[in-house]
Amino acid sequence: MTLAAEAHAPLRPAAAPARSHLDWLESEAIFILREVAGECGNPMLLFSGGKDSAVLLRLAEKAFRPGRFPFPLLHIDTGHNFPEVLAFRDRRVADLGERLIVRRVEESIRRGTVRLRSPDESRNAAQSVTLLEAISEFGFDAAIGGARRDEEKARAKERVFSFRDEYGQWDPRNQRPELWDLYNPRVRGGEHVRVFPISNWTELDVWQYIAREGLDLPSIYYSHRRPVVRRNGLLVPVTDLTPPRAGERVEALPVRFRTVGDIPCTCPVESRAATPEEIVVETASTQVSERGATRMDDQTSDASMERRKKEGYF
Amino acid sequence: MSLLGEIEGDVVPTEAGRGDDGGVLRFITAGSVDDGKSTLIGRLLHDTRQILGDQLAAVSRASRRRGFDTLDLSLLTDGLEAEREQGITIDVAYRAFATPKRKFIIADTPGHEQYTRNMVTGASTADLAVVLVDAGKGILTQSRRHAIIAGLLRIPHLVVAVNKMDVVGYAEEAFGRIRDSFRPFIAGLDFPRVDFLPLSALHGDMVVERGGRMSWYRGRTLLQILETARVDRAGNDGLFLPIQLVARPEESGCAGRRGYLGRIESGNVRVGDTVTVLPRGRTTRVHGIRVFEGAIESAQAPVSVTLFLEDQLDVSRGDVIALPGRQIRVTSGFDATLCWLAEEQLTRGRRYLLKHGARTVKARLGEPVHRVNVNTLEREPAESLGLNEIGRVPVQVAAPLAWRPYREHRVAGSFILIDESNNGTVAAGMIE
Repeated sequence: MTLAAEAHAPLRPAAAPARSHLDWLESEAIFILREVAGECGNPMLLFSGGKDSAVLLRLAEKAFRPGRFPFPLLHIDTGHNFPEVLAFRDRRVADLGERLIVRRVEESIRRGTVRLRSPDESRNAAQSVTLLEAISEFGFDAAIGGARRDEEKARAKERVFSFRDEYGQWDPRNQRPELWDLYNPRVRGGEHVRVFPISNWTELDVWQYIAREGLDLPSIYYSHRRPVVRRNGLLVPVTDLTPPRAGERVEALPVRFRTVGDIPCTCPVESRAATPEEIVVETASTQVSERGATRMDDQTSDASMERRKKEGYF
Repeated sequence: MSLLGEIEGDVVPTEAGRGDDGGVLRFITAGSVDDGKSTLIGRLLHDTRQILGDQLAAVSRASRRRGFDTLDLSLLTDGLEAEREQGITIDVAYRAFATPKRKFIIADTPGHEQYTRNMVTGASTADLAVVLVDAGKGILTQSRRHAIIAGLLRIPHLVVAVNKMDVVGYAEEAFGRIRDSFRPFIAGLDFPRVDFLPLSALHGDMVVERGGRMSWYRGRTLLQILETARVDRAGNDGLFLPIQLVARPEESGCAGRRGYLGRIESGNVRVGDTVTVLPRGRTTRVHGIRVFEGAIESAQAPVSVTLFLEDQLDVSRGDVIALPGRQIRVTSGFDATLCWLAEEQLTRGRRYLLKHGARTVKARLGEPVHRVNVNTLEREPAESLGLNEIGRVPVQVAAPLAWRPYREHRVAGSFILIDESNNGTVAAGMIE
């Protein structure tokens, strides 16, 4: 069949020029994911069931469909999950037909590599141990994650391809220079890189993209009524792991989660936003930062994220 | 059968739900600790209302702790614990903000001993450079150095921001003197676009708001310049598409054909176009173009696509699909301007890995032709290049590369060098 014969097909519209900031961010992220596939021998993608990793999965579809993803998905399960998040995780993985590996902090506790002071304390930091154990178990040389530079000061200094030594440590003083879009993911055995395709996105970009793409998310990202107590300026959800303390008054408020993580360190914000579009409007006008509103673990010190990252935290 | 019908998925409708919102402008701010660079970035973020209540409260607490009685906006961009302890910034930080007109990504590079390496890194992806000059001190060696590096990296738009106008009483003469003394030097650096403007990052004049103290200045504010600056990245240049991955026919989305995955780095491509696959130089035609949403008729930079070709060629990662013609050269030797980024100096004759586009090849470096003095742009003899040094070096590669001079094309003309022994990125290269 010749091209001339085919050319009788009606003239089709051109692709939209990539002019909107979302198109630019999307194309950059697709480029980064394809570089991982082209350069790394054994990558994986961290899928927590949160909004940022849901965006990553859509970007991976854009990068590789109709082909299969050139990497499995990995969930580090703290054992303290909101059921809606696990349901979403399983639903999304089934839709995609991709392979999901789950590794549990519980297993690390059983092995003795994680020691907790109490079973109910936040396992957010302990995740790093389980993550590094999984990286070593499968010999992964690259871990793709949904971290963004706008989340936290330490993350603003992070490369798109960020080197980790054989102990999983990040050394902010000794990062590889990253020039143009020429990424260097080369590692030796035991080392790996963390790759952050949505480094340049903000919380607002993420919600605009979720709205534009019509992405499915765990329902707790949208307004729902939930029993909470007010503690240190945060709304702490009342759960088995986080019961009310003596003297605290339990209120049922319309809330949504801005981030979703380990239950004992994740707080919702008061909100009536029930759709991505309404959240875009709220995000554009909020007066509190994403982690400031929601994360108990980031409030312990100015540098708690930096310290966790040096230890191999995601 | 229609051409597009072969490709899985719907034909994508035009521009549905996608608007031109000014896209993304990447810029770098250059200045030393004393130039008020952190204050300027803090001011931009603060006055465009990017700083949220809790972040502002934290800065206010930190300002008081350090004995300031007003808000120290420079603390907004303070990063790591290690830096706060020593009161310095140690590496490139990237910050995004947006106005209703456009999204911005700032590369914030610190101004001390690692300066060249950090500024080259930040400048490599910048569409615009803001070079800060202290109105009280005038043009210093480092002002020239910042402009030179921005010029070497071919940033198309230079903004010379004369800061601390409050220190000189907002005097028009002070600004005029600095502008007139710097202009001839800047003219020699070949920036397509140059702006000079006076401002006070401390008080906010001419950053986002005009303020009332420099009514003699009729030009645009810094934010207005940033919001309207042209972005050349896509350009009207010829097609240049480095192939990142090859999809097998079973999963390419077009029965019986391999798919070539990559980002269009410049120009555009349309079904039926004649293209060349480099470095081998075979010519064929574009059979189809696909994105996730379906088949499309044409696409332009910087979209990531899957391309299908008429003829089944032996094409692999690192090859380049390009417009036929003489613009692109295919050779295994060229001269390059190298910026050396590693502690260990350049070793002549030693093998390095060279990454250009999506291709990594072995490379050998010759004797430097000269070193460039980044303070004066003068050429000096050199036997090697050490950390933070820039010079011209002949490069031999083990397999031919398809390239264009960096001054014509920032993607086709750039590469990095990697030290195989420790996998470190040791140099940034720009092909002459």
